[in-house]
Amino acid sequence: MKSFSGKTLRWEWRESVIELTLDHEPANEIGTAMLAELEKFAAASTTLTPETSVCIIASARKSVFSAGADLRELYRGAAPLPEKERLAGIRSFLERIHAVLNAIDAAPFVTIAAVHGVCFGGGLELALACDLIIADKMARFAFPELRLGLIPGFGGLPRLKRDLGNAFVRDLLFTGRTVNATRAQAVGLVAQLAGEGEVLRIARTTAAQITKFDAVTRAAAKKFIKPVPHEELRREIDLFCELFARPAVMAALKKFVEDSGPMPYLP
Amino acid sequence: MRTLEQTTREVLDLAAKHFQLPAGSLEPADDFFKKLGIDSLQTLEMLSRIENHFGIELPDYEVQGVSDFKTLAERIQSRL
Repeated sequence: MKSFSGKTLRWEWRESVIELTLDHEPANEIGTAMLAELEKFAAASTTLTPETSVCIIASARKSVFSAGADLRELYRGAAPLPEKERLAGIRSFLERIHAVLNAIDAAPFVTIAAVHGVCFGGGLELALACDLIIADKMARFAFPELRLGLIPGFGGLPRLKRDLGNAFVRDLLFTGRTVNATRAQAVGLVAQLAGEGEVLRIARTTAAQITKFDAVTRAAAKKFIKPVPHEELRREIDLFCELFARPAVMAALKKFVEDSGPMPYLP
Repeated sequence: MRTLEQTTREVLDLAAKHFQLPAGSLEPADDFFKKLGIDSLQTLEMLSRIENHFGIELPDYEVQGVSDFKTLAERIQSRL
């Protein structure tokens, strides 16, 4: 399927480049609807692999790449369930999103996250599965999960640790603070900075450069330098589920869902 | 090194420009949430604008609870 337009995202293949555009109100939250369409994308991209050099993941929403997991949907879905069913549901969701992000992580073509605005939690985890992050200078990154008594659950910690080392992971995780694109570039998270409103254009020119190189060599190099940390990813799911079982997590989710303040992502 | 007064003036100018208000329409004591009616995404945009302009990092938790330009300028000043 060379093009698709769904409820939360769309993609189009053109001259060996796939552009996947997230477009889900209000802030590209990753819930069950976006997960189902990301699974569809993962399957389609496998089929398109022989004729694809680059995939660009971007957002059509103003001021946001993705705010992360859909916590409102998570709370409303989990709250009425008995604990055992709640945990089975969250584990199933995590297994599915991990499968999608592992596929993006290991894709034989080059993946570029073109990030503008907010890139938090699950949104950052999606960007981290990509080979390159190109960021608008107004972009901001965060792992605010500890406010809920959780850790990032979409593979963010093993991937950030793989790419940058442990110190920056601890800074993001333990403070929950947001960091700007300049800082993110300084620590190596962001490959290139773009001027305001220019990130997609720069991602496209970067993609055009990448397509010039031999596909077999590119795929072999990627496999060699970017191993998927499967064992740590499995352990992350187990730890997330263990933490999710605590009553304090549902209380924190309730508080977040009901918060209408200007900084709801902060505890 | 900027003085606090200079920093405050620059913050007011930045906010006025970002939210497309006439120059001089904002005052140091103004409550920017009430005066500008900004949401969480706009708050983050303004934070990025400030950090890029002053070349600093201003962790969110340092400005949590701050709602007037004067106090915001003081937090910025402590990072310059």
